[in-house]
Amino acid sequence: MAYINCENVSFAYENQVVVSDLNFQVNEGDYLCIIGENGSGKTTLLKGLLGLKKPFQGQIILGDGLKPTQIGYVPQQTEAQRDFPASVWEVVLSGCLNRRGIRPGFSKEDKARAEKNMELMGISDLRKRSFRELSGGQRQRALLARSLCATEKILLLDEPTTGLDPVAIEEFYRLMQELNQKHDITILMVSHAIREAVEHASHILHLSQGSYFFGTVKEYEESDAGKYFMGGESHG
Amino acid sequence: MDDFFQMFQYPFMVRAILVGTLLSLCAALLGVSLVLKRYSMIGDGLSHVGFGALAVASALNLAPLAVAIPVVIVAAIILLRLSETGHMKGDAAIAVFSTGALAIGVMVISLSTGINADLNSYLFGSILAMSKTDVALGVVLSIVVLILYLFFYDKIFAVTFDETFARGTGTKAGVYNTLLAVLTAVTVVLGMRLMGALLISSLIVFPALTSMRVCKSYKKVMICSVIVAMLSFFGGITVSFLFAVPTGASIVVMDIILFCLFSLWAFCRERVGK
Repeated sequence: MAYINCENVSFAYENQVVVSDLNFQVNEGDYLCIIGENGSGKTTLLKGLLGLKKPFQGQIILGDGLKPTQIGYVPQQTEAQRDFPASVWEVVLSGCLNRRGIRPGFSKEDKARAEKNMELMGISDLRKRSFRELSGGQRQRALLARSLCATEKILLLDEPTTGLDPVAIEEFYRLMQELNQKHDITILMVSHAIREAVEHASHILHLSQGSYFFGTVKEYEESDAGKYFMGGESHG
Repeated sequence: MDDFFQMFQYPFMVRAILVGTLLSLCAALLGVSLVLKRYSMIGDGLSHVGFGALAVASALNLAPLAVAIPVVIVAAIILLRLSETGHMKGDAAIAVFSTGALAIGVMVISLSTGINADLNSYLFGSILAMSKTDVALGVVLSIVVLILYLFFYDKIFAVTFDETFARGTGTKAGVYNTLLAVLTAVTVVLGMRLMGALLISSLIVFPALTSMRVCKSYKKVMICSVIVAMLSFFGGITVSFLFAVPTGASIVVMDIILFCLFSLWAFCRERVGK
């Protein structure tokens, strides 16, 4: 049983189908990049995976003990968040909420978990800093630490490298590699950076108007879509 | 200083101070979330709806708060839904609601009693307008608002900071948004008698904005908002008592002064930091 099993899934907005008849699986330990142009339905699919949008047809089945609330979402950074007065600690700790139910406050374990994840992300020293004073890369680490508080199984990242400088992007991919390989965290990443996706991921889901490709990176590189999109570029 | 204590000798002042203190607290706390969620105008819109509801209630000889509170709660929920589903832009919806309700209120008042001092006290508030029942209801409801807000503090923070993440990880964001709307509605209606329909939203917006000038964490913003709200409330009511000027307006003027001072503080700190 896979973590996520998409069976003949279609999504529609006001009767306009944006993603149709999609089939793919995500297994524990996978590193899947979802790529495609703007408007190909990446964001819609992402909402579907988070359970925020119901498929128009087909179904998304979670298995292997993965609960719907255990998908750790790392959002695209929004303008509103950039000037939000919250300390890094408050942001990270808020990831523990899904364990709390109705009870107010946080337990000792929650706080320990937040500490541990901040350490893992290398942001322990930023604990008291305000979220709005951080650099793009630091902010992303804070959001990653928050997601890791919510789940230890799977991260779902939305355009994570947007707005980061080249050094931060490099550093980000290294971090993803580490989470994926050392900590067995399954990674789902929505991205438009095809070359970087091919370089780092284990599987590729390429959405384009009306059709899609799903397979391992190797299969993608040999496929027509892969050849077309990476054609002429020397990589390796 | 003697003048400050002198105002406690009047029972109506004591009533106003008691309710006003609690309401300023509620408004300041709710304001932090509302401002951050870009819902600042909701308080303003709701107060106009409240004005309409109060006018209708008094024309029909009904208990004003018993009519206004449910009506404003419904309006708050509708406003929230409209801006969430995107059928109508949130700010446009608020404009429609507030001017619509204001117009209805003015019509009803002029048809029933004619425009008189009553209208003035609805629009700009009056500490004399508060009856003993108003005070009792005000105290009880604002304590309920405070308890609910503090109980759900962490959830409200999470939903304010990042609604998608909160929803995705199983926090019922819709419930907390509705809770926020209902608490705001109650606070606005209770505060209207004191502050007036036109000025009540300042209690919600100013303390939060002022504290955000200088505070770096959410908790500090909350604590600072409460302090700012208390300073401006007591400052305002003292000025109002000493110079016989409307309470609501005096409080807002205090808020403006504090906002400027905090902005100056933030500006200086940035300069020194560089």
